[in-house]
Amino acid sequence: MSTLSIINARIIDPASGYDGDGTLVIEDGVIVEFGPDSIAEGDIIDAKGMICAPGLIDMRVSTGEPGRENRETIATAARAAAAGGVTSIVIMPETNPVIDDMSLVDFIARRAENAPVNVYAAGALTKELDGKTLTEIGLMSEAGAVMFSNGTHPIADAQTMRRLLSYSASFNALIANRAMEPSLSKGAVAHESDLSSRLGLTGAPAAAERIMAERDVALAELTGGRLLIDMISSAEALEVVRRAKSRDLDVSCSVSINHLSLNEVDIGDYRTFVKLDPPLREESDRLALLEGINDGTIDVIVSAHDPRPAGEKRLPYAEASTGAVGLEILLSAALSQVADDRLELMPTLAAMTCNPAALLGLKSGRITEGAPADLIIIDPHAPWICKSDALLSRSKNTPFDGRRLTGRTVKTICGGVVVFEL
Amino acid sequence: MAYAKSIIDDIFGGIRPAARALERSASTIQGWYEAGTIPQKHWEDVIEHAKAFDHYLTPDDFFADFFPVSSSPAMSSHGYPFEKLHCLAIDDFHRPDIETLLSLGEHYLDLSVQKNPDRSVLRGKTLVNLFFENSTRTEKSFELAGKRLGADVISMQVASSSVKKGETLLDTATTLNAMNPDLLVVRHGSSGAPALLAQKVSCSVINAGDGMHAHPTQALLDALTLRQAFDGKTDGLRIAICGDVLHSRVARSNVKLLNMLGAEVRLIGPPTLLPTDVDRWGVDVFHDMKTGLAGCDVVMMLRLQLERMSGAFVPSKREYFHFHGLDRTKLAYAKVGAKVMHPGPMNRGVEISSDVADDPDISLVMQQVETGVAMRMGILHALSNAQDGVQGHGVKS
Repeated sequence: MSTLSIINARIIDPASGYDGDGTLVIEDGVIVEFGPDSIAEGDIIDAKGMICAPGLIDMRVSTGEPGRENRETIATAARAAAAGGVTSIVIMPETNPVIDDMSLVDFIARRAENAPVNVYAAGALTKELDGKTLTEIGLMSEAGAVMFSNGTHPIADAQTMRRLLSYSASFNALIANRAMEPSLSKGAVAHESDLSSRLGLTGAPAAAERIMAERDVALAELTGGRLLIDMISSAEALEVVRRAKSRDLDVSCSVSINHLSLNEVDIGDYRTFVKLDPPLREESDRLALLEGINDGTIDVIVSAHDPRPAGEKRLPYAEASTGAVGLEILLSAALSQVADDRLELMPTLAAMTCNPAALLGLKSGRITEGAPADLIIIDPHAPWICKSDALLSRSKNTPFDGRRLTGRTVKTICGGVVVFEL
Repeated sequence: MAYAKSIIDDIFGGIRPAARALERSASTIQGWYEAGTIPQKHWEDVIEHAKAFDHYLTPDDFFADFFPVSSSPAMSSHGYPFEKLHCLAIDDFHRPDIETLLSLGEHYLDLSVQKNPDRSVLRGKTLVNLFFENSTRTEKSFELAGKRLGADVISMQVASSSVKKGETLLDTATTLNAMNPDLLVVRHGSSGAPALLAQKVSCSVINAGDGMHAHPTQALLDALTLRQAFDGKTDGLRIAICGDVLHSRVARSNVKLLNMLGAEVRLIGPPTLLPTDVDRWGVDVFHDMKTGLAGCDVVMMLRLQLERMSGAFVPSKREYFHFHGLDRTKLAYAKVGAKVMHPGPMNRGVEISSDVADDPDISLVMQQVETGVAMRMGILHALSNAQDGVQGHGVKS
């Protein structure tokens, strides 16, 4: 029996709203007790007054395994996750071959056996992500797929989306769809605005996002399916979610940390490292999204980790690939917004811990007796400068290179084992 | 240097000997000497007497002063020397830079200067034309400009070579860099590509058009054409840019430059061919030619870029020409004597009718092509001089 205690910690559990100083005791990878009166046993970790919170759950991580291992493997992604305070990651199905079959869900699980953090797979919604042929959602759920997604491509056909939501409702499976009307976003590499038209870049209007979000909300209402609107980026789409929630529909949405931290102006002189999908939008959109976290309209913050080697990025803007790595930046960038008084600490942590846990049906993501000891110790005030070459990800594509961030993971504990120490 | 001085000093050996040889008072010669010119009625006399000194002058020699072949035009304006290394977009330049460039362009506009330029300006320098999109007009005008100034010029049609084998833009840049070019002229289909190249090569990069972003040399030559047509004045001109603004890099660069030069710029086109939030560009926006052209001094037509269009932007060429094509009826809405420009190549009968395009009293299209070479000589000259200034003074002998 192994026992580990974290003393002198400010324990925060966003699930229950608990925020108090004290000691937390772990036995065999499970939290057994915590609070001001708990008595330390076994090995001791002194948190020195820093925050002890549940380890983060990142619902949107892309790796290159299988198929594009030069971008990232599950092992390197897991290492980066541990360094970023992320103790559970969900791998997107957009691999080669696509995770559209139980055997591939199983492959991910086996490849992740020795990983320092928990690795889950998201199954594809359609075979080869073709947007038409339904996959074996039930069988993949049984094999361990925690959610279903069509990767970066939305399900364009409304009838297919309706059937997906309707069919998956019987398995209570979570269906994630990108909010992007394909015909309005065709060829787009930026947000449609004054700035992108000056730069001569083809843009997608925020309306493209809103139209798809409206459609999916209507289909979720029609079918009773569980819908996750994947990575919204505009105030317009946020408004759609807000209205859906006010009508008690089972609709949730996520936002990437990049869209909470950056706006279209960061493109500057064609910086392809900030070329993202969805595109970065205006500052007013960013501020609206931050407000959406604070008021609980947005359920989840994801890293949208998408490793790309420099060769795919150092191209003319329109030809460069989209995406940025984010596992090691997610928490720090969010805490930086907290430090700037843009975000409140509790809903921010909730959006990265208990909210995704509830959507995915995981036991982690909270501090309660009997919960897995997936914990992080954070210094919310630690200043540091993000250097892309110091990242543990195999690819170093980050728009945060050289940025000053506030707040950092000091220790990551997964299943009662310390997997990262600063 | 004034030619009269050299004639008097070098041929006759000074003012007094010249006065004696020409049998004129010293004060007359002194007057020529100070003015730097010799009145035409005395040319024959001077030519005749110069023969006695073994010099065989021609009347051309009396023009030398107006076209200072060997003297260097001004490289600064309002006390601001031109120090830019690249020409990527109009935004790179401030007003004095633009003035320097335009006056250099003007300098080379004179055919006798252009054809007998100072070939030492780019002597020993290498100019590489790197065209990822085909454009005979722009490419040849840069080639000619480079050659006239004495550079070694090579042209690479990348569209047909290594890119098809999977070579990226930066690979190409590295390869080129190994050839040590001094000036790199780039045209590319993607916005921002020349800016990316500029980060990776150690020479001056000139943007000869990138995607839908910028075409600064075209904007400069258009401004120079306007200056020629309107006696050196561009401020206060009302200029309408009409047609496919959405896909036009020429329009983007022209709006910036003409605004900077104090012109009143209007954009006219169907809403589907105007960019998002175009009203924030500091221009007036119209969808109708009649109201838009009212009081305009210049009508700049743009090519309908059918190759960049995905999907339908206008129902048909017929409808487009009916509402937005320039013919004499629509031109009549503009100011009397208004001039017409077009960056070329023209779609005759789509955005402009042939009789307007070919009428030399109205159309500046031919002048634009002519100005092209001169303006590009001016740009190459300015960048080359700025390079030498940066790379260490006195490198250039």
